[in-house]
Amino acid sequence: MSAEAHTSTEYIKHHLQNLTYGQLPAGYERGDGEMLQESTWTLAHTAREAKDMGFMAINVDTMGFSILLGALFLFLFHRVAKSAATAAAKGAPSGLVNFVEWVVEFIDSSVKGSFTSRNPMVAPLALTIFIWIFLMNLMDLVPIDWLPGLAGALGLPFLKVVPTTDPNATFGMSLAVFALVIYYSIKMKGVGGFVGELTLQPFGKWGMPANLLLEGVNLIAKPVSLALRLFGNMYAGEMIFILIAIMFSGGTVLALTGGVLQWAWAVFHILIITLQAFIFMTLTIVYLDMAHQEHH
Amino acid sequence: MNINMTLIGQSITFAFFVWFCMKFVWPPIVGALEARKKLIADGLAAADRGKHELELAAKRASETMHDAKIKASEIIAQADKRASQIVEESKGTAKVEGDRIITAAKAEIEQESHRAREALRGDVAALVIAGAGKVLRREVDAKAHADLLEAIKNEL
Repeated sequence: MSAEAHTSTEYIKHHLQNLTYGQLPAGYERGDGEMLQESTWTLAHTAREAKDMGFMAINVDTMGFSILLGALFLFLFHRVAKSAATAAAKGAPSGLVNFVEWVVEFIDSSVKGSFTSRNPMVAPLALTIFIWIFLMNLMDLVPIDWLPGLAGALGLPFLKVVPTTDPNATFGMSLAVFALVIYYSIKMKGVGGFVGELTLQPFGKWGMPANLLLEGVNLIAKPVSLALRLFGNMYAGEMIFILIAIMFSGGTVLALTGGVLQWAWAVFHILIITLQAFIFMTLTIVYLDMAHQEHH
Repeated sequence: MNINMTLIGQSITFAFFVWFCMKFVWPPIVGALEARKKLIADGLAAADRGKHELELAAKRASETMHDAKIKASEIIAQADKRASQIVEESKGTAKVEGDRIITAAKAEIEQESHRAREALRGDVAALVIAGAGKVLRREVDAKAHADLLEAIKNEL
């Protein structure tokens, strides 16, 4: 019983560990007991190694899958964009062109609905966020042992296929959005206007410290909530898939139940991944709209 | 679950993707959509215009038809008039011609009867002379009495 619990724990931990590439210092004892004579750049073989690599390490799987999916998105859309530009006068579009145009129109109407200023960057930003996050989330629907199993066969110790279950990915995006929010706040209102917005309300200039505290929390909460919402949802979804996958090794009845549950959860998850991508996009638009607006 | 360089890598990747999308993906697609929207709007407008023109043309056609009908009836009336005129004229000509023919025939008849009378007169004169000759035999010399005979012939 304890052995089984142990393997279950290992299974879960294994699935939650990124494939990390980083530097281990000299004199470090690796997971298999090997002592490093000098500092080495290598793939982490255990969760502890990955942790000990510190900040100067990179999650190869997160980067790899996200770049692959982003490139796929841009490749497809760019191809459609080229063909659409030449075929615009030649009658009805078909197939992929239709789908892409439908997505673009959907994003465009979303942006027009919530973004009141003029900025040619916001709509492409929203499109990138929506499709990219959607594709990264979509990796969650690939049966969770396929790609890690394949990677294991190729000799890689870990592989986490869903980039959005890595807080690095979600925070990476939300911080970029946050930088844009700050940039446009200052660009639109000036440094004084932005600082004034942070310090002079809601209580007027005599309540400055309280104002700064409230507005500061408000400001910081934007990227944090943006990143954590996406990360939390995807992480939880992934975790449930992992837990369901454990049922497959628990006898016929459990395995069958697990199959049904996995199917049901996958169907429900289709909704979640789309919704999360949409929420991230919408909130980005709203935050940027707030950054553009001279209010109070 | 460790925060590491991936964070910065993701931010850079994200920024690059957004830049690429903004540069090479969004504008052509939106441009194509706008172009198609314009194309459709133009097409609809053209269709409307066509419909309107069709209506106008139908109206014009019916007007033309109406005019043509009026003109045709005018022409027919004119033709009728002309025809009766021609008939009247020919009637007149025919009458004149007939009269002329009749006159000519009458003259010819007159001439013919005159000639016949002349011939008859000559014949009778010859007959009379022959008769008188038979009666008189010797007493009458044709040559001597030619004047007399001529006078008698003229009296017949």
